[in-house]
Amino acid sequence: MSAATIFSADLLVAQNVGFAIIAVLMVVAALRVVTTNNVVHAALWLVTVLAGAAAQYVLLAAEFVAVTQVLVYIGAVMVLFLFGTMLTRARIGAERDLNNPYRRLGVPVAALLLAAMTVAIVSSFGDEQLPAEPRVVPVADISDQIFGPYLLPFWALSFVLLAAIIGAIVLARKD
Amino acid sequence: MLTSQFLLLGAILFCIGVYGVIARKNAVLVLMSIELILNSVNINLLAFALRNGSADGHTFALYIIAVAAAEVGVGLAMVLMIYRNRRSIALDDLSEMRG
Repeated sequence: MSAATIFSADLLVAQNVGFAIIAVLMVVAALRVVTTNNVVHAALWLVTVLAGAAAQYVLLAAEFVAVTQVLVYIGAVMVLFLFGTMLTRARIGAERDLNNPYRRLGVPVAALLLAAMTVAIVSSFGDEQLPAEPRVVPVADISDQIFGPYLLPFWALSFVLLAAIIGAIVLARKD
Repeated sequence: MLTSQFLLLGAILFCIGVYGVIARKNAVLVLMSIELILNSVNINLLAFALRNGSADGHTFALYIIAVAAAEVGVGLAMVLMIYRNRRSIALDDLSEMRG
């Protein structure tokens, strides 16, 4: 992927500008999630990342997954996180002792992983364009997939959810 | 839009999540980092779904969202129980299984 390709004028369409703005917002918010000293702030920054991911799904022509992301993640999972924070914490606010003493070890690990993945992605998909007129997948196709070839994973997933519900109740109740 | 821009965004979010899992001691924050990792995988799956024009990636992304919801539910229930028993959710205090 050469710099000329990145900065050529025909790439500066509205989709790319939108992608860049949302991507920068997501990366900054994700960095705040892993560096902030306040658990509630981390949860709220995570909301920003998840909302940005939903916006990227819309850019990727996946409206149904985007709506599901908003409903399940921003609606349900974040409420779970905030409840978990409130129930395990005497005070809301900044605190020390959230990080491991050897957390500097994580920087080279993550940087090395990112370098390896960047090399792999750029060498495999360097200048490849996504289809300009993408086939928007209708929701009926997704349901045909779920209740057709992927029915067995769907059943397995139903059991996983049932076991998770029962397990969460059993673990969290006072006996 | 390039395919690689979405894949690179996914890779960056994945690495930030990996850093969070390594660096954080608080169990709730580790769960949040795992959510970052799962979301980056979803971005990759949907990018490939658009590239190939198929609905398979959408199906897998929906399944991942469901598994993530179940994982957060069980994970937070475990964190609650650990907090109730020990008054702390620092992960390096949990060393009973050390050999």
